[in-house]
Amino acid sequence: MSRHTASLAELSRQLRAKQVSAVELAQAYLARIEAHRDLNAFLDVRPEVTLAQARTADARIAAGDATPLTGIPIAHKDIFVTKDFTSTASSRMLEGYMSPFDATVVQNLGNAGMVTLGKLNCDEFAMGSSNENSAYGNVLNPWDKGAVPGGSSGGSSAVVAARIAPVATATDTGGSIREPAAFTGVTGTKPTYGRPSRWGMIAFASSLDTAGLMTNSAEDAALVLGPMVGFDPKDSTSVDRPGEDFSRDLGKPVKGLRIGVPKEFFGAGLQPDVEAAVRTALEEYRRLGATLVDISLPSAELGIPVYYVVAPAECSSNLSRFDGVRYGHRAKSYGDLNDMIAKSRAEGLGAEPKRRILIGTYVLSHGYYDAYYIQAQKVRRLIADEFRRAFEQCDLIAGPVTTSVAFGFGEKAADPVAMYMSDLYTIPGSLAGIPSMSIPCGFGAKGRPVGLQLMANYFEEAKMLGAAHQYQLATDWHARIPEGFR
Amino acid sequence: MALTLDDVARIAHLARIEITDAEARRTLSQLNDIFALIAKMQAVDTAGVEPMAHPLGGAQRLRPDEASETIDRDAALRNAPAQQDGLFLVPKVIE
Repeated sequence: MSRHTASLAELSRQLRAKQVSAVELAQAYLARIEAHRDLNAFLDVRPEVTLAQARTADARIAAGDATPLTGIPIAHKDIFVTKDFTSTASSRMLEGYMSPFDATVVQNLGNAGMVTLGKLNCDEFAMGSSNENSAYGNVLNPWDKGAVPGGSSGGSSAVVAARIAPVATATDTGGSIREPAAFTGVTGTKPTYGRPSRWGMIAFASSLDTAGLMTNSAEDAALVLGPMVGFDPKDSTSVDRPGEDFSRDLGKPVKGLRIGVPKEFFGAGLQPDVEAAVRTALEEYRRLGATLVDISLPSAELGIPVYYVVAPAECSSNLSRFDGVRYGHRAKSYGDLNDMIAKSRAEGLGAEPKRRILIGTYVLSHGYYDAYYIQAQKVRRLIADEFRRAFEQCDLIAGPVTTSVAFGFGEKAADPVAMYMSDLYTIPGSLAGIPSMSIPCGFGAKGRPVGLQLMANYFEEAKMLGAAHQYQLATDWHARIPEGFR
Repeated sequence: MALTLDDVARIAHLARIEITDAEARRTLSQLNDIFALIAKMQAVDTAGVEPMAHPLGGAQRLRPDEASETIDRDAALRNAPAQQDGLFLVPKVIE
């Protein structure tokens, strides 16, 4: 078996058995990255940094001081700040920015011995659903280079689908892990809000931003999630819970598992090709012994309007730090301080972050705060309460991730509202803050991948990953590799 | 309720983003589309519902008021667009 198609557990075994060194593994992936530069998935690659980390990993393995992840390569979404690679959030505003510290997630995985391959393209400040909002160009979908890889974690989804990185970090605010995972046929996992630290994750919407993973299987995700998450005193919404083994339910059959199927996720707008693949996947779960339960999430359709108040409001506050004073882009010519700030922001920020800052500034402005922001927070609670009630009737919730398979470049770029609808099925879970994931479940129009969404109650990642793994034992969609990357 | 060009100019000023007239016109129609979408949640009856600030509820944890992480001055200044004598340089604020 080629190494780029091996599971992380298999790579880990080979590393510790010294059948391959961390340096050899890093070199093999760096060569694949180089061979597929046309995907435009990486924004910064520094072989000397990667190989130095790999040599350290080899020394740890030789000294018997390795964790199961020591020596395994990983690529990081360019939303996580890193000391040794540029951190740009795919924005001109942060072109060339070198962070004085590593994000906690990066540090945790580094402490486990993982080797960083580089930084991944994404939508600017993680705002977008197609990766077309990057200041550094489009990322191509490895399944079809005319299709978007999804967003905002489009670089993360593309490199894992193309097997040019065995695992990648990603972030999800309204669907930015699950939607690109669905569009590229990879496994995208968003844990419970507050489990992974937000420290060093360039902030978009602080009450929603959640770090997660792109992998080629639920089993791989379960292996990396444990070392990645954990209490961080530097993040004021970090959850203080003991560490867990997220692999503990992988071997558990789904017999008797109650899977809730929300009727609102199968309404108008859902394309027949996606619906057919998702229904077939649900049938597979039934065949494996799970029970399908009809449930209703009547307020879920309010998710998009609520999200487009809450997320822009928080983004307008978070992005106020980009003023051209301490770091980031500064305009070449300007008058007074206010003019310098306004011109620097006009030049440094792209159209989508600007649009969201303007929405957020408006909904937070005097006289509108209650009608928009407080009302949105109230409806957010209604949505979260419906999930709580649904989980009294079922163990997991399943449905589509997206209404359609990956769309083409430019198809939605001129119409923000059409683009926002891409996240119809992912936003409700983000607002509630529950764990959720996308697993590949077939192919739709033009041979483009389809994702099945699984959602679990708060802190029930292990149960969700277990059910995903059982599906992946029975099917091989997750093992399919696009032509040209095998 | 639809926004006007004056609203866009006022919001852009509050957000400290310079905007040209052409951009303001383009932005105006996009913002009105987005606010038409948002209007759907404004009609919902939320009497008696507690606003949800973030998913895990409860009060935000506070840390003790003491110095914790520090960044050394050179590292903090490394990305500065303009600096002098260990300080960030900006246009004169007080005449």
